[in-house]
Amino acid sequence: MAFISSGYNPDKPMENRITDIGPRHFEEFYPEVIKKNKGKWLYHEILKPGVLVHVAESGDEVYTVRCGGARLMSVTHIREICEIADKHCDGHLRFTTRNNIEFMVDNKAKVDPLIKDLEARKFDGGSFKFPVGGTGAGITNIVHTQGWVHCHTPATDASGTVKATMDDLFSDFQSMRMPAHLRISMACCLNMCGAVHCSDIAILGFHRKPPMVDHAYLDKTCEVPLAIAACPTAALKPKKVDLDGTTVNSIEVNKNRCMFCGNCYTMCPSLPLADKEGDGIVLMVGGKVSNRISAPKFSKVVVSFIPNETPRWPSMTAQIRNIVEAYAKDARKYERLGEWAERIGWERFFDKTGIEFTHHLIDDFRDPAYYTWRQTTNFKF
Amino acid sequence: MAKHETPLLDQLESGPWPSFVSDLKQEAAARAKNEKKVEYQIPQDVVEDLLGVLELSYKDGTTHWKHGGIVGVFGYGGGVIGRYCDQPTMFPGVAHFHTMRVNQPSGKFYTTDYLKKLCDLWEFRGSGLTNMHGATGDIILLGTTTPQLEEIFYELTHNFNQDLGGSGSNLRTPADCIGQARCEYACYDTQDLCHTLTNEYQDELHRPAFPYKFKFKFDGCPNCCVASIARSDMSFIGTWKDDIRIDQDAVAGYVKGEFKPNAGAHAGRDWGPFDIQKEVIDLCPTECMKYENGKLSIDNKECTRCMHCINVMPRALKPGKEKGLSILVGAKAPILDGAQMGSLLVPFVKVDKENDYAEIKEVIEAIWDWWMEEGKNRERLGELIKRQGFQKLLEATNITPVPQHVQEPRTNPYIFWKEEEVEGGWERDVNEFRKHHLR
Repeated sequence: MAFISSGYNPDKPMENRITDIGPRHFEEFYPEVIKKNKGKWLYHEILKPGVLVHVAESGDEVYTVRCGGARLMSVTHIREICEIADKHCDGHLRFTTRNNIEFMVDNKAKVDPLIKDLEARKFDGGSFKFPVGGTGAGITNIVHTQGWVHCHTPATDASGTVKATMDDLFSDFQSMRMPAHLRISMACCLNMCGAVHCSDIAILGFHRKPPMVDHAYLDKTCEVPLAIAACPTAALKPKKVDLDGTTVNSIEVNKNRCMFCGNCYTMCPSLPLADKEGDGIVLMVGGKVSNRISAPKFSKVVVSFIPNETPRWPSMTAQIRNIVEAYAKDARKYERLGEWAERIGWERFFDKTGIEFTHHLIDDFRDPAYYTWRQTTNFKF
Repeated sequence: MAKHETPLLDQLESGPWPSFVSDLKQEAAARAKNEKKVEYQIPQDVVEDLLGVLELSYKDGTTHWKHGGIVGVFGYGGGVIGRYCDQPTMFPGVAHFHTMRVNQPSGKFYTTDYLKKLCDLWEFRGSGLTNMHGATGDIILLGTTTPQLEEIFYELTHNFNQDLGGSGSNLRTPADCIGQARCEYACYDTQDLCHTLTNEYQDELHRPAFPYKFKFKFDGCPNCCVASIARSDMSFIGTWKDDIRIDQDAVAGYVKGEFKPNAGAHAGRDWGPFDIQKEVIDLCPTECMKYENGKLSIDNKECTRCMHCINVMPRALKPGKEKGLSILVGAKAPILDGAQMGSLLVPFVKVDKENDYAEIKEVIEAIWDWWMEEGKNRERLGELIKRQGFQKLLEATNITPVPQHVQEPRTNPYIFWKEEEVEGGWERDVNEFRKHHLR
């Protein structure tokens, strides 16, 4: 493959350089019906799972068909999305915050042919390319992180855990039988670049072994003070190590103080902590970001560890299913998972889900921990 | 014939949910075939090697990607994430596999022309794999080599009128909800504010000068569909000040069962006929609603605008007309000091496009000045607020304290009085004191 220049001249990087132009202007990409009615929408309705209509003051309507998708997406797949949008939607489409694809049409008659087209498309392996759903009181697509596909700190894979979970919950992506909407999010390490900490159910990758120390290379690849400062529990300190007669500057880990966050590894590649047996999944539940009825809530840890059972994480998907079913059966209409757990009490949550309560679930991290213990005689047996 | 056997990944091809493995395989096959005779600028078998290294991770339960290393485009400190494989001999196609973050348009609407052109560029100069989109909001171009970075940047800026997004200790790519483009709840134009501020702060976005990352997110209403309140250092949430608008005929329509409650969101189960008392009035968190003699009334002064009644009866109820936004600050995920939700700083500000959003920018810039002066390395805004106290934030932004700022007043009396607040100041003469109080 011969190198083909874009026109960029490496000897003169500033020549014709264009910078700081920002993103494209959103109006360039609006479908006509959106451009015309922006800010003048009256109401919307979910006609069936995955299909919405929005009605404007002008009387115009826009019909949206929402499809799930893997956020890891090839250009071949994007071109197919474009082909569909060209065929049905005058060359427009959008993506949602939760990695769904939305095809919009301006006329009800165009909806069914679009859905028929979407549902007919499958990958060679048999899965749907564009399953329609993800609306209302159901389970929509999972937002997630990179995992083993592209990241240096993950404790599990993201795309695989999501695929396994959504396969299991697929009927709830395409129906609306839940008491309220149920949002699942996935982050493959404690850094949570996916910010899953306020989700109805959060799947979180987690390490359980303190970092190993690569003494022979540490001082060559890392700034020792920066790595030490990166530890939130002060578990690291400088140490001189004798390696075959030479003394090198390195780090000592106080293993009992480690909370396995991996922050030191982010600062210093000579402190790896990934491990097949050590790494796995934590499940957190009951968070929300909406201000509806009750204030936004953090998710709480209810399952302290599930091993990485590749490729389909069956123990994890079974536990998620168990939590979803207990919630669906017991919660009241409009009640989010966290609101349900608070109403019945967390002791009842563990009764109803059958999840074992262990000492791992009691907070012992700094001040906020105290506020999560029970300071009343009011509890349920 | 696949380059690497992938028996574990193959098991993720079955099941109904779109399989990323099938998609990767389809891309690997398309590159191998190369029907369009593309002169690939990075290895043709890049996707096969990605499948190979991923299979290895599925086998040994650990990642095979190393730390970033310093790669990027000239003059920018963000937008490119360096990535190298730790088994480059086994998987040479992904030995260098850097990510580029491309700043998505507000609202994530696209034309197919734009996307198809982007696909052509990325197939030619990269792996052909993307994330639509990354967690922060960018279009993620996943996997290319160092020499291609400047070439791609040149093509994006010259041929696409398109810039990169943020990474590192800078302003991260701002993101918004669909807003007024297609939502009747949106109280301000999220897309315009997101786009305007993204452009206003290009320098902060591309050139790391902050203690750590900084995120803006824009939600049009308190439903918070982009989760701004949970994950952005500054969260801009639409709200209103006056009365919820009521269409009594439409309320009657809901009561009579002519309209489906919550826009039909609960249609998958028989919850029985709609009961306005039970489903709206009794669930109102401030108990400020009444339904008597076929008429709905709201004591708007007591309403906290939680959106529940509006969500249940979108045809009948609308946010008021005096709209604006609330600014909450300091949200972040748990690393390092525990998770923080955004804390209310500005209860209400008008979203004034005519004035180029000057009032909003004033708050942003005051916060940055304070955080850049006082923040420690890798300290998020929320952690600085915790360390120095909410009062310091109010001082830095010149905002007057109001009861809306707190859930409840403090439960300890350890008030850090300032000298100027105490009559007579702190300088006293101990000898004068001793005249009246013997040693």
